[in-house]
Formats: sequence, structure tokens, C-alpha cells
Amino acid sequence: MAHMSRTPVLEPGQSQTMILNMGPQHPSTHGVLRLLLEIDGESVVRIMPDIGYLHTGIEKTCEAKFYQQVVPMTDRIDYLCPMVNNLAYVLPVEKLLGLEIPAKAQWVRVLLAELTRINSHLVWLGTHALDLGAMSVFLYCFREREDVLRLFEMVAGQRMMTSYFRIGGLALEPPIGWFDRVREFADRFDSKIDEYENLLTENPIFKMRTKGVATISAEDAIALGGSGPTLRASGVDFDNRRDFPYSGYEKFQFEVCTATAGDVYARYQVRVKELRESNKIVKQALDGMPEGPIKAAAPKVVLPDRENMKTQMESLIYHFKIITEGFTVPAGEVYVPIESPRGEMGYYVVSDGTAKPYRVHMRTPSFANLQLLETMTVGRLIADVVAAIGSIDIVLGEIDR
Amino acid sequence: MAAVTEAVTDIEQLKEDPALACLLSWNASAVAGAKRDRGQLSVYVQSEKIREACAILRDNPACPFDGLIDLTGVDWYPQEPRFEVVYQLLSYKKKTRITLKVKLSGEAPALDSVTSVWPAANFYEREVSDLFGIRFAGHPNPLRILMPEDWEGHPLRKDYPVEGYR
Repeated sequence: MAHMSRTPVLEPGQSQTMILNMGPQHPSTHGVLRLLLEIDGESVVRIMPDIGYLHTGIEKTCEAKFYQQVVPMTDRIDYLCPMVNNLAYVLPVEKLLGLEIPAKAQWVRVLLAELTRINSHLVWLGTHALDLGAMSVFLYCFREREDVLRLFEMVAGQRMMTSYFRIGGLALEPPIGWFDRVREFADRFDSKIDEYENLLTENPIFKMRTKGVATISAEDAIALGGSGPTLRASGVDFDNRRDFPYSGYEKFQFEVCTATAGDVYARYQVRVKELRESNKIVKQALDGMPEGPIKAAAPKVVLPDRENMKTQMESLIYHFKIITEGFTVPAGEVYVPIESPRGEMGYYVVSDGTAKPYRVHMRTPSFANLQLLETMTVGRLIADVVAAIGSIDIVLGEIDR
Repeated sequence: MAAVTEAVTDIEQLKEDPALACLLSWNASAVAGAKRDRGQLSVYVQSEKIREACAILRDNPACPFDGLIDLTGVDWYPQEPRFEVVYQLLSYKKKTRITLKVKLSGEAPALDSVTSVWPAANFYEREVSDLFGIRFAGHPNPLRILMPEDWEGHPLRKDYPVEGYR
């Protein structure tokens, strides 16, 4: 008995903290996020995120590929919004090249980017509600998500890793009847958002789990690098689609959704409003869809049509040259920010004048938003950490790259 | 294909920009150069002045850059100075952006951390020091972030081997 260690006796009023490991395979961490929580009883004293489990070195791999070969890798950074990532990559390269993108290609890009936002927000809404114990919302959301994925499959041949955007335009003309299918979806989607709201917005259990939970002020959110719906829920009226328009967004009318409370419920409200606004943009894009080509008139950069290759020598030569040698991009560097469903997604592309990018850096929204987690949750209960992680909508593929 | 316009590198032509004017009036010798390329303004800052320059830009009343959006590195091996550290700043009030750049030599690259100016720099500086081996003096938690703790080398350096065994 003399050798048996004794637990230290605590003085009255003195407390002892312990370290709790959460993840990397915890269902509420949406991937492989590991959190080390220092807890005092049930309340959180400190939170230490441990990331890097999904690090695959995409930025390094990009340096070994031709410019056009990078596009499929951008899908894999954020598997919930492939089209937005494609767009974020092709825009800076097109800026370096000085390419003019035809109007129809730009409008189809906006249309697909907004469908991607709907897709991503639906996955977020379903899993966030699931984390908080509302099972049925998940099934409702995935019903509509399936429709969106079918639209992606029609246009790109793939449901998730679409790689549909190309430097200089789009890979293919959207198939016949595709716009009608999108219209059918857009017409019924607004009533589906009402269904989700019926389940959650006035649900007393959901409100108790989310109202006043994990609040963050606008100043803290800006200082810590927050962006997107997480920032707008704290009252910062900022959206790259309106403030730094790209790909023709200045031609669309939409509202930038904000809330002021800065808690989990406010972030829910902002994203649900964004679903409606995205659907509005989808309808505008369908109404005003211009006619014309879907690829820029730049034969040295854009692959020729298959038909022309069979009849024109020039096209065959250009095709062979682009596939075997790539195309050179003028030296320089650009950073183009766009609004992904999670916040500011920006690619910093450096060219040294060769056919391969010298450096590609992805500024991903989840990486910065994860830094907000500590301010949101310190002093609160462990169960609130689950609500907070869900509310900032992280994707680990994007954090680790 | 539209012609790409030439980059403007003459400071005299660029100094109407409020951010650059602010830096020049603070300390003209800290500004090593400036460039407007494809509509994007980049300012080169002397490496030992970067933290002060960032604080000046953040507190500038005419155009406060309250957000550090991105921080990354570029390796120009075998050129010297070898590294560039690139800061993307954003003013939420004025809706403008600016890029700050610092050049660093390949010998024990180090510069001041800007975590005291924007806490957002925390993860970004850890990432740059992890993948490029640049040390940030005054960082509160200077550990690797993406690679394992016991990893040797810095993968985004251009002389890092990409094939074979370690």
C-alpha cells in the first residue's frame, strides 16, 4: 500500500483541469479534425486544434503540372464545392494570360457556382442539424442535394469531382434540355427551403442549442481572419461577389445576407437566406442567358473543338501542342479572391513565364475560420463546441490541402 | 487575346494610392519598391520594418487595413534574396486590397511575426515556417502545423527532393 500513488487532495475552491482528446475520427468534426480540449469539469478552458491529417501537398504537386492539369486537383481541395474551386483557379490564370471570356461562359459559370453554393449549404444544413440531434433535416437536405448532383452529372459527367471549367471557358456546351432541368429545380427549390425552415427556425430545441451559443464579435472575427457567412453573421456587410465582382457578378441583383447576433443561430439564418439568394441568382442567370461561344478565341490556350480537328490542320497542331507542351503564361503574379460558400477563397498564382505554375497558393476560408473556434467556445460547455464546429462549416480537405 | 498591360513600377506614379502614401509619409526608407501589375498594387517593405509597417497600415485612419487575408511564401531558389513572404491585406471599410512583400535571404531566413497586429497571422505563419523553414520571431506557438512534428525538411522549398527515399 505504501507504493500506491495517491491522487492529490485539492484545497477547497481549487480546481483541476484535464485534457480531453476529441477526434480525429469524431463524427461531429466533419472530417479529420483533432481538437485537444482543456476542460474544467464540463466547461472549456482552452482549445487546441491539431490539423494536417489530410495534408497531401497539393500546392507542391501543382508546381509539377501544366496549367491545365491543375484544374482536376482543385476539385479535391474542397469536395463540397468543386465548381467554385475550379473558378477560383481559372480566374487568376486567365488574368495572367489577359484572356477575354465570352459572356455565355461567364453566365454558365455563375449559374454553376450558385448551384454549388446551394449544394454545399445543403450538406452543411443537414449535417449541422444532425450534430444537434435533428435527424430528419438531413434526409430533406440530401433529397435536394441529389437533384443538384444530377444536374452536375448531366453537365460534367461527374457528380462530385466535376472539373468542368477550363482556362478560357468551359469544357463542353451544356447538353440539350439542361437549362430546362435547372429551371424545374429552381422553381421548386424555394418551397423546399420553407420545409427546412419549418423544421428548424422556430424549433425550441434547436433554438436552445444555438441561440446565444458560440458568439463572436465583428472585431474579433475580422482580426482572426474570419470570412463568409461566419463573418456576415457577426454583422460585417462584406461579400466578394458584390464588393470585388468577378465573372460578371456585377450584372446580377442579390442581397448580401447579414445578421447581428454573431451566434450559431445567426450563422444558420445567414446561410438559409443565402440559399434563397443563390436560387434568385440561378433564376436570373437562366432568364438572361446569352447566346454565343463557350470558349475564348485563343487557339494557343483553349483546346479546339473535336469536329475542327478532323477537318483543319491548324486545330490538330494546336491540340497536339497544348497536350504535349502545355501553354506558356506571361511572368507575373496575381491574387484573385472569390466568395466560396465558406468565405473568401483566393488563389495566389505566380508564373515565371513557363508552361507550369511557379507557385500556386490557395487561401482557403476554412483554414482561417478555424482560428475563430477558440474565441467562440472558451468558457462554454463541451456540447457547445460541437455546435460551434458545425456552425463555421469547415471542410478539412481545404484546411490541410 | 487582349494584350497584357505593362506593370507600373515607378513609385512617383503610384504614390496617390492612400496606402502607399501612408507608408511613404511614415518612413520612406522602409519602402523598397512598389508595383501595380494587372490592377493589383504590391509594395516591397524592408524585412526588419514589416511589423511596424503592418501596424501603421492597420491603424491608418484614411484607409484602415483591418484584415490580414493571406500570408504565404515563394521560394526563388537559386536566386538571392531567395524567399519572398507575401501578405494580402483587405480594408473592410474602404473595400480595397493591397499586397505587401518582404524579401529574405536563404541563410537562416527570419522576420518579425505580425500576430500582435492581426491574430489571424497565427496559423499562416506556422504554415509558412513549416513548409518553407522561415522563422517568425515573437510567434506565440511556433510549431509545425501541417507536417508531422518530427518531419525533416521544408517541402515547399524548391530544393526539397520530390522523388526517392528520405
